[in-house]
Amino acid sequence: MSDIFKVGTHEFTSRLIVGSGKYKDFETTKLATEASEAEMITVAVRRVNITDMGKENLLDYIDPKKYTILPNTAGCFNAEDAVRTLRLAREAGGWNLVKLEVLGDTETLYPNVVETIKAAKMLVAEDFEVMVYTNDDPIVATRLEEIGCVAVMPLGNPIGSGRGLANPFNIRVIKQRANVPIVVDAGIGTASDAAKALELGADAALINTAIAEAKDECMMARAMRDAVRAGRLAHLAGRMPKRAFASASSPTEGYIWD
Amino acid sequence: MQIQLNGENTQVAATNLIELVAELGLEQRMIAIERNMEVVPKSEYTGTQLEESDRIELVHMIGGG
Repeated sequence: MSDIFKVGTHEFTSRLIVGSGKYKDFETTKLATEASEAEMITVAVRRVNITDMGKENLLDYIDPKKYTILPNTAGCFNAEDAVRTLRLAREAGGWNLVKLEVLGDTETLYPNVVETIKAAKMLVAEDFEVMVYTNDDPIVATRLEEIGCVAVMPLGNPIGSGRGLANPFNIRVIKQRANVPIVVDAGIGTASDAAKALELGADAALINTAIAEAKDECMMARAMRDAVRAGRLAHLAGRMPKRAFASASSPTEGYIWD
Repeated sequence: MQIQLNGENTQVAATNLIELVAELGLEQRMIAIERNMEVVPKSEYTGTQLEESDRIELVHMIGGG
């Protein structure tokens, strides 16, 4: 069955997007990313440590020819810093597809929606293809789509919290109203959360901490791979209705005592 | 000359960006440079002269979600 995940001008078969943060080493990042079978991976943009550069670099392990690299603006708290960051990323690797996230404070890491909208407008004007991290707010999601973002990525719960989907109804409403892909980003803690996101109709899930902080990172990467597939299939298959009472699974006629 | 490199006052021998990249040993790295808030394309490194007190940001990609 052909089921392409289309984001802007890009096409993917996998509906799992992974992050590259929080891993204990580059080798584990590489192995878990391979195990996830994801095709898109987020990276952060930071100053090179001039006094201690280290011998190795993330991109020695995550081959940009093999993966679609999605630079993010993690750590940005205003639109200007986010735009500067992504201009640098585009120059570094030629990447035009980007993840915009502008945060509100360091405790909640909730999106600063006002600055996010401002940054999204600036980036779209500079021909970036913007996948935008935001609140699970249907009004804001629509606004970001109108601005020209190629995907809207509502949070399931705060970044790194692993608490699953706080507001599944909103994820469904956002998806029903959207004409661009909806990606649940942040909050997914284990496989059932990822499956649930896709069952609700989300087009993809973006997962980092749940894999990177698992005891066995590669096994969790496989679990997420399968969960995203299962959730997607269940969504496409169309689930049965929920009923208040039982409905017998075996025929209710032809009993031997009749 | 002295420039502000990634937020630190730094003495460099380089006179342009291509020399700066070589001086830091970053020729093989996937990096990007911002000079005084403007991104400089790689094709312009040779022609971009460093000036005293330039603010240079030199970035690369690291792990992140």
